[in-house]
Amino acid sequence: MYEVAYERPRTLNDAVRLIRQTGGRPLAGGQSLVAAMKLRLADHGTLVDLGAVDELRGIRLEDGHLVIGAMMRHAEVAESSVVQRAIPALARLAEGIGDRQVRNMGTVGGSLANSDPAACYPAAVLAIGASIQTTERVIPADAFFLGMYETALQEGELITALRFPVPLAAAYIKFEQPASQFALVGVCVARTSGVVRVAVTGGRYCAYRCTELEQALQHTFTPQAARGIHLPADDLFSDLHATAEYRAHLIPVICARAVAAALAG
Amino acid sequence: MTTSISITVNGQSVQRDISARTLLSDLLRDHLGLTGTHRGCDTAQCGACTVHVDDRAVKSCSVLALQVQGTEVTTIEGLGGAQMHPMQQAFKDQHGLQCGFCTPGMVMSAVDLVRRYPHADERTVRKELNGNLCRCTGYQNIVQAVLQGAAAMAEVAKTR
Repeated sequence: MYEVAYERPRTLNDAVRLIRQTGGRPLAGGQSLVAAMKLRLADHGTLVDLGAVDELRGIRLEDGHLVIGAMMRHAEVAESSVVQRAIPALARLAEGIGDRQVRNMGTVGGSLANSDPAACYPAAVLAIGASIQTTERVIPADAFFLGMYETALQEGELITALRFPVPLAAAYIKFEQPASQFALVGVCVARTSGVVRVAVTGGRYCAYRCTELEQALQHTFTPQAARGIHLPADDLFSDLHATAEYRAHLIPVICARAVAAALAG
Repeated sequence: MTTSISITVNGQSVQRDISARTLLSDLLRDHLGLTGTHRGCDTAQCGACTVHVDDRAVKSCSVLALQVQGTEVTTIEGLGGAQMHPMQQAFKDQHGLQCGFCTPGMVMSAVDLVRRYPHADERTVRKELNGNLCRCTGYQNIVQAVLQGAAAMAEVAKTR
């Protein structure tokens, strides 16, 4: 790891100021960033650790929305009775990320800001139609994920919280790549006031909505409707774990399982 | 450039001036001499470096020491007292180790999982241990050990 300076602000204002002053990198749980730094894939000069910023913590229901602070750990989201009651699919998603030790450190804000192409949270944020609250503005999920490890966040802009509308039904299923526990393909389906949204992770450079599956499920919200869809493989990843054709086959299959899970509640 | 860190390790206050890039595993092993925490893969896969930070299992090779500022850290050395912790005894009784390299991390994960799931069944144990690898392929006895350790920890809790 390269030498790095370290700041540990206690308030959001100080965090933003320090990031602007130093051009430093915000550190959330570090479960991707520390690994990248160890490999010398990242060299940031200064780390601004958000671990002591209490304003970024907390889970609450607000005007029918579930609000999760950016620095909430995956394990805390999974264990939260508020999350379990409001959006059980989200609690289950959090419980399925990585392994126990990773879930005890990794945060929802860090996962979203990192925008790993195979991360779980982006699929739920897109499918449920969450909004991303930052120190500058509110970004709708549809405008947030721009590419591989690329989001709409600007320099010095921090995610403060995620705001999820409570869907009528939702489920996330991932086909796990067993070595990394990331999604080879993961699909989140959500039904919110008559609208069905389907988001896929692990397929392309970042999580995306699948309009073919959305149209089919908008018409008939059944596993069979999802299974009947044939997706083109053209724009999907091929890697040593799965070909694009295999991913194209998997997405409707996993989507059907997610629909079944959403219907089962 | 160094930064001061104050934490509690195995019940004792510790204060050190460290470089920001010091990993928690490096602080424990190289600065404090607590070499029971093993560096296995050093890439957050094997879990041999698992320790507890405020009672939650983390992989100390993937956490900067400064991230745990102000917390209570427990390593394998701090688990038992004059006697072995019931989970350590269970690993011994059930032959839950061969070479023993993964064992400190296995035991730390096992104690964390039993605290959260006091009545864990075999399926839960296997799922919860997926962040710990044993390359001697000894999972069968490890799982048996965790189940025995869970029962023993429940007994200890009852008598308190």
